[in-house]
Amino acid sequence: MKSILFLSGKGGTGKTSLAGAFAVLTNDKVLADCDVDAANLHLLLAPRVVNEGVYQGANLAVKDDDACVRCGRCHEVCRFHAVSSSYEIDPYLCEGCGACVTACPADAIKLVIQDTGRWFTAESRLGPLAGAELLPGEETSGKLVAHVKQKAAELSEAAKAEWLLIDGSPGIGCPVIASASGVDVVVLVTEPTLSGLHDLRRVLGVVNHFSIPAFLVTNKEDLNPAVAKEIGTYAEEEGLPLLGGIPYDPKVTKAMVAGRSAVEEDGSPAGVAMREIFARLMEAIA
Amino acid sequence: MRIAIASGKGGTGKTTIAVNLAITLAEQEPIQFLDCDVEEPNAHLFLNPQFEDRQAVVKLLPEVDEGKCTHCGACAEACEFNAMAVLRDKVLVYPELCHGCGRCRMVCPANAIREVPHELGIIESGSARGFPFSHGLLNVGEAMATPIIHTLKEGLDTERTAILDAPPGTGCPTIAALANANIALLVTEPTPFGLHDLRAAVGVARALDVPVAVVINRDGIGDDQVTHYCHKENIPIMLSIPFDRQIAFLYSEGTVLVDAQPEWKDKFLALAAQMKGMTA
Repeated sequence: MKSILFLSGKGGTGKTSLAGAFAVLTNDKVLADCDVDAANLHLLLAPRVVNEGVYQGANLAVKDDDACVRCGRCHEVCRFHAVSSSYEIDPYLCEGCGACVTACPADAIKLVIQDTGRWFTAESRLGPLAGAELLPGEETSGKLVAHVKQKAAELSEAAKAEWLLIDGSPGIGCPVIASASGVDVVVLVTEPTLSGLHDLRRVLGVVNHFSIPAFLVTNKEDLNPAVAKEIGTYAEEEGLPLLGGIPYDPKVTKAMVAGRSAVEEDGSPAGVAMREIFARLMEAIA
Repeated sequence: MRIAIASGKGGTGKTTIAVNLAITLAEQEPIQFLDCDVEEPNAHLFLNPQFEDRQAVVKLLPEVDEGKCTHCGACAEACEFNAMAVLRDKVLVYPELCHGCGRCRMVCPANAIREVPHELGIIESGSARGFPFSHGLLNVGEAMATPIIHTLKEGLDTERTAILDAPPGTGCPTIAALANANIALLVTEPTPFGLHDLRAAVGVARALDVPVAVVINRDGIGDDQVTHYCHKENIPIMLSIPFDRQIAFLYSEGTVLVDAQPEWKDKFLALAAQMKGMTA
């Protein structure tokens, strides 16, 4: 099995639209939505949930106020400013490290495991899907991403799938790093804007840091031809193969509203471009 | 007042709203700008700040003195992040998993652990267009963005209206940026993806007790479900920006909308007035 991860650095460049197109075009695959902060791939897939569960990804320090002797050691040792000067623990700042538990002379604090997300596996119109979402206000998206990848690996094993397509999240931090670990190929989706290029440089840095082969796609390529050219030059300098560009096409959004991919729309210029990009990637890696 | 511009979904126009609001509002009152998207900061591309100060943000990593270590395993047992492993004659530290909490040093009976600073990223601060501007930059390959956001927010000045450009998503970095804001201005687009992620962002803001308002960007490209949702949830839609290739082009080359089309200033002033009315 080979895994392909879609990343972009900048958000909203079209990762999910391209992942959805690849899901239509790839035979024998499993899908994973690792953008657990803002999961959207399922909106194109009409999934039917087969299995689901709660993910407990974080500890929270909980204090027994009756046992507390108000010595202030917890406030002193917490490096995350989660214990106030009146010794209240802020659940949003608490990292669940337990330094306060160790420091407390009265055994008044304990760590309590928290529900932080929901994971699911599903059958969908385009194949098996694993995904998750964070519960509102919960953290640890990186660990939840790792959990989704594990579920997707189980699905792939069961289906003896040839491909695993993974939709990633924007940025370069914890969830992106968690999604990138162990993947075979990264497809970077950018757009011809100064922000798109700026963010591409940083995410390519992460991908190179983990020595993963990467390919580039420029979405809405005709929005600014000058910047698109600059991106092409940058990709060449970096030895980053450009799979192609996708023109701006209102049919991409029209298809999304209907729960489909642009490659399923008749006469969609973006759909045609996505098919060409898919063929080029397959030629390069299959 | 602290205004956090957030979104759930990426690429909806947070930075566009934040930058134009900042420039417009700065003509009326003292403001400051904090770009809290430390993974992919973009506001500087539009505001061209002059930086005067550069500050490293570090976490403390354990370093084990093998001469003193008895390989008792207490550190690995105490670590909630599986960042340490104790072998028979060696201790392994996994820097990318370590949160820098110091618990391993606290529990070590042999006093064999000291902590060394490890740079996560930097804060750059200075000014842009006459107002204070700062942003954080997570080092490439580092996972922990929140300490940089917390350090950045230490620069909040209560005498100024703060515009905080938040990262996309709903996880730790978004929470760090939204915490203690007076209002979360959520920028979305009228599509199924935009709506889905708007709901998630509203969930986070409400969990943090931060009031929410919405800006619809690229109005007209999709459907009207975002508007229905906002009406149902009683969330004010304070501004709609139509989809317009010229606006998209200005963004692509780093041109500020209100510089190219000053008629937008009235709309951003009206947006600011609505937010003030809501938080008053």
